[in-house]
Amino acid sequence: MRISRRILAGLATASLAVTATSCGGGGTSGSFDDTVTVGILHSLSGTMAISESTLVDTEKMAIEEINAAGGVTVGGKSYKIEYIVEDGASDWPTFAEKSKKLIDQDGVPVVFGGWTSASRKAMLPVYESKDAFLYYPIQYEAQECSNNIFYTGATPNQQSEPATDFMYKRSPAAGGDFFLVGSDYVFPRTSNTITKAQVAQLGGKVVGEDYLPLGNTEVAPIISKIKVALPNGGIIINTLNGDQNVAFFKQIQDAGITPSSGYYVMNYSIAEEEISTIGPEFLEGHYGAWNYMMSIDTPASKKFAASFKKRWGADRVVADPQESAYNMVYLWKQAVEDAGTFDDNAVREALVGQTFDAPQGPVEVMPNHHLSQTVRIGEINAEGGFTILEETGVVLPQAWNQKHPSSKGFACDWTDPSKGEKYKL
Amino acid sequence: MELLLDSLFNGVAIGSVLLVAALGLAIVFGLMGVINLAHGELMMLGAYTTYVTQLIFKLPILKPFYNSYILVSIFLAFIVSGVVGILLEKTIIRKLYGSPLETLLATWGVSLILQQFVRSVPLAYGTGLVISLIIGLFLPTTFPSKVKESINFKYFKFSTWIFAALTGVLTGSVISSNVSKLSRASARNVDVTAPSWMRGQVEILGTAFPKTRLMIILITLISVIVITLFLNQSAWGMRIRAVTQNRQMSDCLGISTEKVDIITFGIGSGLAGVAGVAVSLLGSVGPNVGGNYIVGCFMVVVLGGVGNLLGTVFASFGIGIMTDLIGAGRLLSIWPDMPLPLSNTINFFATTSMARVMIFALIVIFLQFKPTGLFPQKGRMVEN
Repeated sequence: MRISRRILAGLATASLAVTATSCGGGGTSGSFDDTVTVGILHSLSGTMAISESTLVDTEKMAIEEINAAGGVTVGGKSYKIEYIVEDGASDWPTFAEKSKKLIDQDGVPVVFGGWTSASRKAMLPVYESKDAFLYYPIQYEAQECSNNIFYTGATPNQQSEPATDFMYKRSPAAGGDFFLVGSDYVFPRTSNTITKAQVAQLGGKVVGEDYLPLGNTEVAPIISKIKVALPNGGIIINTLNGDQNVAFFKQIQDAGITPSSGYYVMNYSIAEEEISTIGPEFLEGHYGAWNYMMSIDTPASKKFAASFKKRWGADRVVADPQESAYNMVYLWKQAVEDAGTFDDNAVREALVGQTFDAPQGPVEVMPNHHLSQTVRIGEINAEGGFTILEETGVVLPQAWNQKHPSSKGFACDWTDPSKGEKYKL
Repeated sequence: MELLLDSLFNGVAIGSVLLVAALGLAIVFGLMGVINLAHGELMMLGAYTTYVTQLIFKLPILKPFYNSYILVSIFLAFIVSGVVGILLEKTIIRKLYGSPLETLLATWGVSLILQQFVRSVPLAYGTGLVISLIIGLFLPTTFPSKVKESINFKYFKFSTWIFAALTGVLTGSVISSNVSKLSRASARNVDVTAPSWMRGQVEILGTAFPKTRLMIILITLISVIVITLFLNQSAWGMRIRAVTQNRQMSDCLGISTEKVDIITFGIGSGLAGVAGVAVSLLGSVGPNVGGNYIVGCFMVVVLGGVGNLLGTVFASFGIGIMTDLIGAGRLLSIWPDMPLPLSNTINFFATTSMARVMIFALIVIFLQFKPTGLFPQKGRMVEN
């Protein structure tokens, strides 16, 4: 009896040790004075798992890179970064619950997490009430500026606005009418409100707008509306989500809505990862707008793509959301080192003004907790990548969109106590 | 005229997707009264069969016949989903006849298992498993009756299962070593690309129609005709109808109700597989593809009147045409200068999501007045 118990105990310790090593990731080179554990919170199961697991992979890679280069140095001591990965399960209340667990139980100084706006909105009150800090890596609809969230994805003026401008002024369909298609939830609807205001300013015309309920793949009524509204071709702005894009592009191609007949689709949710799922043969000749594209021809970009392929497999691709996730880990590390402590409030102050030589080019943290970024317009090519057509200079983020009627004339500045979340310009 | 033709075609196109998806359910739910929530997942299996067939036809030996893979996959999908359906009937549903709530829960569980199965098992071995099921279930039925009646039949049966398992493992590893895309499990959605002769459009009467839509309409039409002929003209069809109308009496008259149940459920499931081929042409194929259609299927069957194929046909085309009329704002283009309040209302509903709300509302109102659907079933079953 005693022996079996001992064996059991031994087994338990062994399995604990195994889990501990498999959870606490990364490079083991060098000796560290101490360790710091951070939280990673993305969906590893459910519908969002396919997209969000790529972010977990990227964040793990960034952490391993930092560890291999000597970890984080705070107050003369070197810290090895370890991480706890939690599964948000594509379920928004779970994101809030796991956030509480990471903050209260594990005591992590920072959480990297989220993808959908719904998950961010669910987590926001948790971080604000506990005065903790969330780093959120996805391009989104903005109209939000929390003191407890750091947004490394693009705001609409860093993605959709330059894209609309390009489509109306310099694309092959320049001067044409617009038709807006999206999935039926907050991001497409907000993004399209901004696009409509912008098109009106440019002197163009939005001739139609339709939203597909999430999960629905019947595009026939939308196609007939497009054909009535744009009989001779025009510009289609697409904010459909995930696999609804597959149905959309298969069916519009069959219905003759193609670049060769004068219809050009600008996409805000299709990156390299999605192109390979949908199939480049359906997307060739259409457009996308992102801050990072895998085809950027700089050493930083190539190194990023190469190390990701080396770490996770040669058939993997990197895309804009992953680049944002990569940047935020490095920016956190720099801010912690500058602050000289892991304390949230000090790190938050040190964060603003940090610059990083990201794969997309230099980025800087602005007082509204968003990043200044470069915007690129690309044409989708037969190889499943983007041919970059245009590149803006550095574009400053607008947390409160200046074209959306409800937020025009407002801005956000967390460095000035008299300004804060939303002040009148 | 062109507008009318276009609208009618769209309505028929949307309706035929609904119809082909609901046809199997009309049999399983309509004729047998089984609430099969795994119907959508049987469709998903059909869609994955199309994907696997497509990849296998890309192998050098079959490459010359690549263009016909879609026709082959229709038959294969019918068989695959049918066999899984038969297994489902034999193991789970048979024990639950007469208890709809338990059937509902059990089949929902099955649907979750099937979704997780395609996520976490490499498709090559999934194919192998289905092949062993086909052999194991059907090979014993081909033995001469002398063997079947002998005392040692169970040993024969047992050895066929061993043979089936070996063949399954063998095909699984052959496929997995030849088609790398099938050798790893993946939760990602996959893509079925129609062969080139099925892409693009054809001109009929001056209007261009997408070929894939025409193909789906054709698949639907053939399925409906074949199944109607089978139910009304064949001996087994007559037995199925007899059991539907009165199970005890049919049993007394010497009809093997057990066999009838298996065949009915198998055919219903097989038709779900055919529907899977059709929907794989429209969108992407993933573990959740069936869930997108299941509500629509039940809606069509209930609206048409449970137990009536004709009702299902009318209901799906009706919903299809209404979806196009409301969702694409057709009424506005037919009557451009209607009074403002009316045109505003129509504009409000002229998006895909609002059209859906409107159609559900109309169906609810309709069922208030005719709770048994368009073509209510008459006869003894209703009285029970």
